[in-house]
Amino acid sequence: MNASVHPVHFRRPIADLVQSDRVHTSLYTDAALFEEEMDKIFRNTWIWVAHASEIPDAGSYKTHWVGKEPVIVVRDRKKQVHVLLNRCRHRGATVCEHKKGKANTFVCPYHGWSYALDGSLRGVPHPESYGECLDKGELPLVSLRVEEYAGMIFATLKDDIEPLADFLGPAKKWMDLFMKQGGGYAIKVPGEHRFRFPGNWKIQLENTTDAYHFPLVHKSFLHSVDKQTEEMLDFVGGSGYVEDLGNGHSVMVMIPDLIDLEDELDKPIPDRFVELAQQLRAEGHDDASVRRIVRAVGGSGFNLNLFPNVACSMAFFRVLQPISVNETEIHHAVITMEGGPAAGNQARLRLHEHFQGPMGFGTPDDSEAWERVQAGAQAGRDLWILLNRGLPGEKKTADGVAGDVSAETGMRAAYQQWKKLMLA
Amino acid sequence: MTATAFSPDSGALALLQQATAFIWAEADMLDHNEFQAWLDLWEPDGLYIVPIDPKETDHENTLNYAYDDHHMREKRVRRLGSGESISTTPQARTVRSVSRVRVVGEADGVLTVRAAQDLKEFRKDVLRQHIADVTYELRRGEGGGLRLRRKVIRLINSTDTLTSIGYIL
Repeated sequence: MNASVHPVHFRRPIADLVQSDRVHTSLYTDAALFEEEMDKIFRNTWIWVAHASEIPDAGSYKTHWVGKEPVIVVRDRKKQVHVLLNRCRHRGATVCEHKKGKANTFVCPYHGWSYALDGSLRGVPHPESYGECLDKGELPLVSLRVEEYAGMIFATLKDDIEPLADFLGPAKKWMDLFMKQGGGYAIKVPGEHRFRFPGNWKIQLENTTDAYHFPLVHKSFLHSVDKQTEEMLDFVGGSGYVEDLGNGHSVMVMIPDLIDLEDELDKPIPDRFVELAQQLRAEGHDDASVRRIVRAVGGSGFNLNLFPNVACSMAFFRVLQPISVNETEIHHAVITMEGGPAAGNQARLRLHEHFQGPMGFGTPDDSEAWERVQAGAQAGRDLWILLNRGLPGEKKTADGVAGDVSAETGMRAAYQQWKKLMLA
Repeated sequence: MTATAFSPDSGALALLQQATAFIWAEADMLDHNEFQAWLDLWEPDGLYIVPIDPKETDHENTLNYAYDDHHMREKRVRRLGSGESISTTPQARTVRSVSRVRVVGEADGVLTVRAAQDLKEFRKDVLRQHIADVTYELRRGEGGGLRLRRKVIRLINSTDTLTSIGYIL
């Protein structure tokens, strides 16, 4: 039985749906609200579309979405990145059907209209029938504004938006820290897990900044790792914190020792990486490199949520793709070291497989919880989602406000940004 | 041009039957929670692999859904029955049929066998189907018995979005 959409019986104005310590259930269940989000949020802010390593060469492309609109993310011959609406300017067909690949042009399969990598319309078959009434210069594939930071490529449909760097604000330094899991090599995204769950996208948005669920939902994962790792992951009640970074972004620091992977490199190598370290030494890596690589494989000690659709989450990128009000697609993109030692990258792949994806020991339990949230959200007519955890202990910081590691500070931050965009 | 007629000799047919019996026994164990028996079918260095890209051959250096050595196989079995994982509690019921069996190679005591697996799972009132092309590598031991050395499960929709799969494919 699928979770059904049920009409909201009490229509509240949007301004009332998000309060300082709670949000209305209709944010998960109201299909009309979802359509407004696709416009007011996904057409009006910076949306993550790719990591630079996914389109490494001239002609490399991937397809993705901005909201529900299909786009092509492509690197042209001059190595510049374009994000183009995947829609022929003739009669609307998609011009690119593959998830990723390499191309010199994009040719529409319907009538053969041909576009260059920057989207400009190169040629149309049998142009004589158009006479003078077709100006190719006016019919390129529609282009979005594109900016990049730390290898993360964002696009927007809002022409007059602030620069990406301003939008990211204090999140930038956290992105820089996160990318240290290249271990001295460039970061590469060689693949990803993709799955869907029957629930609203904001349920997952919350979860990335939710430490509170970890010990219970991920008990089976915790019981499948060594004692030292299990203790390291026992962070609820610990010295971590969640910080609101502005513009809906937040960082949840679970393991403060692993904020900066280059800090105190001479600390003992964790038990689970002792064998890997030995192998790396045997392969001729010097001590500093071994330690750096081991730190890279282990990942960062924090989740950085970048509103609205991407997170730098400990050791991978999590991408949110809304499908409908009660269905969401998630990508877990694995991060490896470009040109790094095979043993290190294998260890990273195995760690990712252990927790993430539809057969991991972690993701399916998260997904089950979210499914149950969407199912429970069908009950009641005017009930609320509580977001008050950690409010009393919140303190001002240089970048915003912070609560304890299990506080719902990050969720409050995201929903305030949601409200701002929905009311604009 | 003369076409070669398809005519397996009695040895080839016996081999096919033996491989099929093994595969059916393995499938039956998994549908009936006979997990210790299933674990015992494996060579210690054996690998249970569920790739994302069906064309990939270098599974060790690419991202898979699963790439289980014997530790991970044991952990997967333990998690399934532990009651600690909400996605496997209640456990899904599975009924699978394995068919279209073909011995595609035999070298150095290792049999490579391909088959088609059609699995249905039922959990919390939802019936789902997972179709896969499966390649088994079976090694013949000294007593003539077979053990599982490698099982690669290529789901027909492996490049699409999947739902959670907590049981053993």
